[in-house]
Amino acid sequence: MADVILKADDLVKHYPIKGGVLRTTVGHVKAVDGVSFELHRGETLGIVGESGCGKSTLGRVLMRLEEPTAGTVNFDGIDMFSQSGSAMRKLRRDIQIVFQDPYTSLNPRKTVGDIVAEPFEIHPDVVPKGGRKKAVQELLALVGLNPEHINRYPHQFSGGQRQRIGIARGIALRPKVLICDEPVSALDVSVQAQVINLMEKLQDELGLSYIFIAHDLSVVRHISDRVGVMYLGRMVELGTEEEIYQRPTHPYTQALLSAVPVPDPTMRGKREQIVLTGDVPSPANPPKGCRFHTRCFKAQERCSVDDPELMDRPDGVAAHRSACHYAEPRVIVETVDVSALAPDPRFATTDVVDHDAFSDDGGLLPADAASMAERSHASGESEGPMDRPHDITRVVDNDPSEKRDPTN
Amino acid sequence: MSEPIAAGFSPGATDDVDEARSLSQDAWRSLRKSTMFWVSVGLIGVFVLMAIWPSLFTQTDPTFGDINNVRAKPNADAWFGTDTQGYDIFARTIYGARASIIVGLAASLTTLLLGGVIGVLAGFYGGWLDALFSRVTDIFYAIPLILGGILFMASFPNGANSNYFVVVGKVVLVLTVFGWTTIARLMRSSVLQVKPNEYVLAARALGASPWRIIKSHILPNALAPAIVVATINLGVFIVVEATLSFLGIGLTPPAISWGVAISDALVAVRTYPHILLFPSLFLSLAVLAFILLGDAVRDAFDPKSR
Repeated sequence: MADVILKADDLVKHYPIKGGVLRTTVGHVKAVDGVSFELHRGETLGIVGESGCGKSTLGRVLMRLEEPTAGTVNFDGIDMFSQSGSAMRKLRRDIQIVFQDPYTSLNPRKTVGDIVAEPFEIHPDVVPKGGRKKAVQELLALVGLNPEHINRYPHQFSGGQRQRIGIARGIALRPKVLICDEPVSALDVSVQAQVINLMEKLQDELGLSYIFIAHDLSVVRHISDRVGVMYLGRMVELGTEEEIYQRPTHPYTQALLSAVPVPDPTMRGKREQIVLTGDVPSPANPPKGCRFHTRCFKAQERCSVDDPELMDRPDGVAAHRSACHYAEPRVIVETVDVSALAPDPRFATTDVVDHDAFSDDGGLLPADAASMAERSHASGESEGPMDRPHDITRVVDNDPSEKRDPTN
Repeated sequence: MSEPIAAGFSPGATDDVDEARSLSQDAWRSLRKSTMFWVSVGLIGVFVLMAIWPSLFTQTDPTFGDINNVRAKPNADAWFGTDTQGYDIFARTIYGARASIIVGLAASLTTLLLGGVIGVLAGFYGGWLDALFSRVTDIFYAIPLILGGILFMASFPNGANSNYFVVVGKVVLVLTVFGWTTIARLMRSSVLQVKPNEYVLAARALGASPWRIIKSHILPNALAPAIVVATINLGVFIVVEATLSFLGIGLTPPAISWGVAISDALVAVRTYPHILLFPSLFLSLAVLAFILLGDAVRDAFDPKSR
């Protein structure tokens, strides 16, 4: 885990604002303004933040779809932005992207087979020509699609299936890092769960590292090992999932977490919700000092002058990186990560129950009162359906439904 | 227990596998239901047959002028009568289709190629290349097609013994030089529309070359509007060719063309109007056919009209 595969150093991406008669540059939109982080092999780094905070720009700069204004990205010992031509092409095999909108990320005029085979055509030495069709069918099967649908067009698939096609294209070259730019934001909640589960399965099987960009805090918590919180082009807090969700020290993170809906009626009115005032300042003219001080409930004189560094600050238990002068932990809402819990058989699942998961106790499903109580608490995370053990390869679409019946 | 969700998970499409979605097949599916399309295709088919194989329609030699039998009214021998030179009008009209069809098709094709290449390059690469190409396009756009044609053809007049294909080629060249701008502008804007799509970004992320991206992602999705305008332009170019010929600077005798025939007919327009009527009628029908085809093709290609 300690093995760093991708390291971003002080990444900056400014877009010029042209104005006046002569179209001269009158300013810059500071979309990403000094972001540093590292990604370990096999881990998932979640990036959260509200719209316009630079999450997607960060993803595109990391893919080198946009040239950064400054900063470096070190990928597995290679400086990414100094590579050119064939070296860069070769590097692209190892870092791929999955896009947000499954409706615009697939060329409507190409068959699914063509779309998934395109990586092999661009990098012809990966798979010999004769084996490509088979490789494509294997990929489709791997992401839970029917391999016989190779000649279909994207419009014949649903949103979740299209996103699976996008993932198949992304993993075709067996990359080491997959950047997921809001891969589930455009999907229904039930389909979100399937896609997230698929991504976790692929991570286990292929040893992928993910950079998971999203604005849904619950989804990020579910999939991430570590989480980075962005605000106005800066990383304001970076730590493990537990550090960020249970001991957030940055006021912005605390405000974000307090806005997560808690679908537990007993909790209603009992928790403190931090309501931020005002709007996000323009990234073309960010505030001096701490970028968050204009909206921060803890802002002091010092915050408008002194720009806090993203560095280790105590969080009560240990320390993790936070960019606040007055960083201190604050319990937002009692939540429990339910990822490791067994599912409750009394609730209808959105997915297939994998009986192998319970084979230890002779196929008996755990339903004791203790775990019940724990779970009702855990539902505060609003991601119940995602936590069911499942077996994705079984939910190949168009499968006869009897196959899915757990009693078989 | 997974049934309700299973329904949500089943694919939107039923099992009609291989419903094609390529550009041409897509258009074809909606075109074949359109009566307007079939009417125009029928008319165009007849005109193209006339152009390729005029002897199929008439046995009369269009270059044989019977000076004893000029300005005859339509009769059993000469269905459309004869003109001031004693030429058989029916034969002249049939043979005249060739010039119009060649000029229309060739000019449409060359404008589509030239305008398409310039538009794609300007839209795809942007920056100074776009600025340069767009300004050049504006300059050519500012010159009216007819005025440009008159200037060019008057500067390089046809000799008495010029080769038929040189004469036609010159008209095609004029129409190309002054007619490519609409296609270029259209192509540039549709490339700009397609370029930011995520499938183009995905191809770039995979390391695809610019040529590959243009060929397999940009063109199939950006070509439709240009094809539509090129089809409508076919009719326009036929009209311009006739206009230039009418003014005596497009096709010139001995080349046979509807424009030349209309020009010749003017001398006797009040006394023998049938000499003017037949070539004009054919010209109008041909233009109408191509414009109808353009309309049908636009309906087929434009996803918003569905």
